[in-house]
Amino acid sequence: MAATPLRVPKAPSCGFDPRALRREFPIFATHPDLVFLDSGASAQKPRAVIDGIADFYRSDYANVHRGVYSLSARATDRFEEAREKARAFLNAADEREIVFLRGATEAINLVAQSWGPAQVKAGDEIVISDVEHHSNLVPWQMLCERAHARLVVAPADPTGEFDLAAFEALLSPRTRMAAVTHISNVTGTLLPIGRIVELAHARGAKVLVDGCQALPRMPVDVQALGCDFYVFSGHMAYGPTGTGVLYGRYDVLESMPPWQTGGGMITSVEYAHTEFLGPPHRFEAGTPDIAGAVGLGLALEFIESVGREAIAEHEQTLTGYALDQLSRIPDVQVARGGQHQLSIVSFNIDGVHPHDVGTVLDQHNVAVRVGHHCAQPLMEKLGVPGTVRASLGVYNDEADIDRLAKAVEACREMFVR
Amino acid sequence: MSDTGMDLRELYQDIILDHGRHPRNFRALEHPTHLARGHNPLCGDRVTVYLTVEGDRITDVSFEGRGCAISTAAASLMTEVLKGKTVDEGRALFAQFHARVTGGEAGEPPDALQDDVDRLEPLTGVKAFPVRVKCATLPWHAFEAALKSGLGGETVKTE
Repeated sequence: MAATPLRVPKAPSCGFDPRALRREFPIFATHPDLVFLDSGASAQKPRAVIDGIADFYRSDYANVHRGVYSLSARATDRFEEAREKARAFLNAADEREIVFLRGATEAINLVAQSWGPAQVKAGDEIVISDVEHHSNLVPWQMLCERAHARLVVAPADPTGEFDLAAFEALLSPRTRMAAVTHISNVTGTLLPIGRIVELAHARGAKVLVDGCQALPRMPVDVQALGCDFYVFSGHMAYGPTGTGVLYGRYDVLESMPPWQTGGGMITSVEYAHTEFLGPPHRFEAGTPDIAGAVGLGLALEFIESVGREAIAEHEQTLTGYALDQLSRIPDVQVARGGQHQLSIVSFNIDGVHPHDVGTVLDQHNVAVRVGHHCAQPLMEKLGVPGTVRASLGVYNDEADIDRLAKAVEACREMFVR
Repeated sequence: MSDTGMDLRELYQDIILDHGRHPRNFRALEHPTHLARGHNPLCGDRVTVYLTVEGDRITDVSFEGRGCAISTAAASLMTEVLKGKTVDEGRALFAQFHARVTGGEAGEPPDALQDDVDRLEPLTGVKAFPVRVKCATLPWHAFEAALKSGLGGETVKTE
């Protein structure tokens, strides 16, 4: 075992120090003046993850499973340890409920294509919210088209809050699945997953939660939430790209047929017939991203070492500060994120296209995302071609928000006269 | 300042800001002979270019759409330089413009077009901002598509 020791001291809740955490991220040594406010698209990587992956390749690497030599056994241990870390992180009941995939997109497609066809029939309904990322919309839309089912969209209310009453009214005995995000990648709205699960389960529907934005920022307990599926991408959680997790309740996963087939997921193959392994291996055909999973495990350890309550508290405070600073600037319109908005702030400057804002901010070394954020129907609803989105990570502090606000001011001065 | 090492005012010169805010020929033509739509799926910019071509001459040109300051100004300036040109001159202007914003080679413009090439010069600041080049070329791609397809054209997409 050559796990890289974490250099981050356990942060006491009163002493969260983004400047100290920043030093754990080599990107800021390369770009000392960078104000990085795009963690919602992909977070930067701590040294523990970068070095840990390299160490794994140097010390413990071989293909996993079925190897009789000790190096392969060690690599398998590291890979399966990462699975256990993900289980513990989500508080799943069983390691077999954790499937390693390329990311949340692949996880949702897996569920739509494996669980979907057997469960969704003509006339059935799938409910999504109106703040979904395209990756939690298009797979369901395609499933509905194939199955002659109906895609139903539950709206947010005018304050940006998920409308539970409207959602409840849209549920029917035909509802088979409610697929919702935990935190909107555009408005930062935190959805009431617990209540959504209760209401959906009461109608016999399953619930899939897109946890990409929530997982790196707040405690997540899939058993407490009660959802059937929870998906997230590793790269948004300070882990490597090309990694992700599908959590599925064991009995649900067990009922699902294989998705992709090949090596690593069978018990026996004959020309006439193949027997498949149970979850999670049934859904992990081919050599997995072994080092990626190890890196993801290290990233989850990093988050845990900082403390998820502490991160949530810090980002909550900083979100409030950002909302405050931005709304002081004339002509700036902030997209409403409801009562519980975490870590993501979308805004526009009246009369200025988000792409022009993005270019000006870049010249001030402030990295934000501009555009439709893979949520075109939501942009349509907001009546804008896109927004400017600032999203937070553990390395951000008030000084970053001040730089953002200053750059937005400069942009406004340039374009609005 | 970021990696471009370029002053923002080189990109957002006054003439760009002016045309971005107050685009010229910003309307639909009632009876165009040619029209085409341009769409940049990356940023959502949309533009519709309308042409009236009589014989081989572009007698009227206009546009509608929504986009950033660069694409709006590019479309606005494009309509100004295209009006009254022959179709071939219009294509030659696009070739000159394209080369200047992408850093390609188009050779010397013909004397008759030199003034128009100069008018488009302020837009060439995008060359230092590679992710924004397509904003400037989108209306020109729509213009070219309109020439090809008359009134039945598909939407051209750049990304």
